Amino acid sequence: MSTTTDAPTAPPEPAPRAQGGALRGVLLAVAAPVVAGVFALLVSSLALLASGNAPLEVYATMLEDGTELRSILITVNNAVPLYLAGVAVAIGFRMSLFNIGVEGQYSLAALLAASAGAAVELPLVLHLAFVLLVAVAVGAAWAGVAAVLKVTRGVSEVISTILLNVVAAGIAAYLLAEHLQERVEGSNNSRTPLLPDSAHFPTLDPLVRALGLEPPQGTRLGGFLVVAIAVGIGYWVLISRSRFGFEVKAAGTNPFAAMASGVDTRRTTVLTLLLSGGVAGLVGLAQVLGTSFSYGLSFTAGLGFTGIGVALLGRNSPVGIAFAALLFSFLERSSSTLQFIDVPTEIYVIMQGSIVLSVVVAYEAVRRVAATSAERAVRRATDRSPA
Amino acid sequence: MTAPAGPGPAAPGLVEPAAQAAPRRSPLGGWQRVVAVALGLLVLLSLVRVLSGADELTSSGTSGAALRLAVPIGLAALGGLWAERAGVVNIGLEGMLILGTWFGAYVGFEVGPWAGVLAGVAAGAVGGLLHAIATVTFGVDHVVSGVAINLLGGGVAQYLSQVAYADGQVPGAGPTQSAVVEPIADVSLPVLSSGPDLLGRLEDAGLFLLSDAAGLLGGLTRGVSLLTILAVLLVPLSFFVLWGTAFGLRLRSVGENPVAADSLGVPVYRLKYAAVVASGAFAGLGGAALVVGSIYREGQTAGRGFIGLAAVIFGNWRPGGLAAGAGLFGYADALQLRAGNAVRGLLLLVALLLVVVAVVQLLRRRLPMVVAALVVAAAFALWYAAVDTVPSQLVGFTPHIVTLVVLAVASQRLRPPAADGQPYRRGQQS
Repeated sequence: MSTTTDAPTAPPEPAPRAQGGALRGVLLAVAAPVVAGVFALLVSSLALLASGNAPLEVYATMLEDGTELRSILITVNNAVPLYLAGVAVAIGFRMSLFNIGVEGQYSLAALLAASAGAAVELPLVLHLAFVLLVAVAVGAAWAGVAAVLKVTRGVSEVISTILLNVVAAGIAAYLLAEHLQERVEGSNNSRTPLLPDSAHFPTLDPLVRALGLEPPQGTRLGGFLVVAIAVGIGYWVLISRSRFGFEVKAAGTNPFAAMASGVDTRRTTVLTLLLSGGVAGLVGLAQVLGTSFSYGLSFTAGLGFTGIGVALLGRNSPVGIAFAALLFSFLERSSSTLQFIDVPTEIYVIMQGSIVLSVVVAYEAVRRVAATSAERAVRRATDRSPA
Repeated sequence: MTAPAGPGPAAPGLVEPAAQAAPRRSPLGGWQRVVAVALGLLVLLSLVRVLSGADELTSSGTSGAALRLAVPIGLAALGGLWAERAGVVNIGLEGMLILGTWFGAYVGFEVGPWAGVLAGVAAGAVGGLLHAIATVTFGVDHVVSGVAINLLGGGVAQYLSQVAYADGQVPGAGPTQSAVVEPIADVSLPVLSSGPDLLGRLEDAGLFLLSDAAGLLGGLTRGVSLLTILAVLLVPLSFFVLWGTAFGLRLRSVGENPVAADSLGVPVYRLKYAAVVASGAFAGLGGAALVVGSIYREGQTAGRGFIGLAAVIFGNWRPGGLAAGAGLFGYADALQLRAGNAVRGLLLLVALLLVVVAVVQLLRRRLPMVVAALVVAAAFALWYAAVDTVPSQLVGFTPHIVTLVVLAVASQRLRPPAADGQPYRRGQQS
């Protein structure tokens, strides 16, 4: 399977060309996202035209609403779980491992962490740490099943994580219905018992106020953003500053060469999937610790699959994934206003899908162009200096 | 027959020496084996039915529902087979299935069920074409492209539902569901399953083994939709095309070694395109099969595209094997839907199957496996004895666990196409 990491496939440093090499490299690097963005806009415009709406009016409405403070706060809040899901997927991608099981890992982790958190009494910081720890452990353990199957029995993680998603959903539904739910008066939403105050993540509203802005009524900046940023920094350190990150890169790029130079690829496979699952375990916690304080039937689903798109769009880079998560979140938030001008809000799903598809195609095309031109430059250089 | 030069042409008996078991399985050659396994399963099922009193295990209702539920999974699996035999992994089957359900339901309501089937096929094929453009022409990683197509397919269906149904103009339809599509005609086997209905009478007679066989067969032959028959026929047809024609040989050669195929003048790109578009068409047909006689609902496919892929691997990239896999998923679904308490019988069935495995392993002198199988068998038997019902949430994923176990046990013996999932670029040998 080819790699999707940007490590081996990134447009190479501009080859030693006489003139215009650097400019060309920059152009190529910018070309892919621009081309993909234009293409995605084109597809969405076609979809809008087909349903009898004026694309420009729709985009203007989305921009206008999406840039209000309220929308910005909601966009950032919703980007946090997307970012975590994207990082979880990207950790696997770094080693050419497709963790499609983020979905199952985070739902199981959120359920068990919410229940465990409600069952104990601890002081504030400890309580939060406890819930985080449970979530990370559950997510890692669930990914660990796929890891063990892969290194001991050679089962592809693509298929095992897909199957484990269904199993996780079944187990979560069973546990919630039979063991962990608390009956709520006057509501048919079954959910786990509410977390006590000591497990409520503090909001970042003081920060917003410090910037001289007043959060609108009922909207707050969730504190879990801090965790996402910490995970992002940790991910950056891991991939670019640590020995393990180097081994993962090596093993993902060329397992045989890595093995020959002493990298234990089985160990890196297991650790990578455990890390990926651990981060995946955090995905649902922004909601558990910040807004719902429980896990219930109406818990947000599908973040794991969207996270794959976010990781692809962000090219597995800590900063890129952040932009991708914000873009996805922005599209979803700003399209919610479209119902007032009679445009289906679901247009954002088409936008997200076409962006991801065109981005991966564009990156691959640009990589090819860059690779051929680099090859040509090398050939020219070697021709010039005959041995 | 394409059996590699090995010892003797036919299986000497039921239990083969372990060393020869793997490479000699040709798709039809082991038919005696298949019959033997089927008969063995039937005996076990009947036994379990009598012991547990769960009549639904072998009733015609269950087997009929199992067939209906297996069809979309099996068609998705056929799609996976065609693509992967040409070396393209198609994770996007789920998205193509969704496209098939939406367009199948829309056209099916507006024009008629058969037109809906065609529309579903066409919509799935378009999804396949997209996948082919991304993976074959642009060389995008297959899983990446497939994931993107799943996102897109789901988005298109949701968006179109809003556009077409949200205004309430279509009777019975809403923002997340379509109107009811008329069913396609049913047929029954004359004499045996209709009219005198010999199988039905035998089923009601309550005889051990005979009534069980009659029940299972009756369900498979009574009131079967023409679309289901078409889907079932596509399995041997796929086998014939892929393994019996020059086209199929070339297509498979592309999935095994595209460089060598290209050097022999096989049009690698064109065949990959054909295979992936066909793959999408199969998935689209699977989607249409879900909605004909029913409606489109958001989230209706419920991961069947992924399960189809699992069935392909379960079946070792063979039509017969994937049909068995799809049947297993369908049967578990049917039991869960029809009779939750019959599922308790399944626990006993698993225990008995494991005892059989233990015996086989004993003959092969693999003591650790024998012990492991017996221990797990005992656990299942205890579970069976301890509970009255199995929670339905846990039953839903039985086939998934079974597939995981099969993969864990047999993945060393499975043989995917050699160049499966690898990007191919003409003139660049990697």
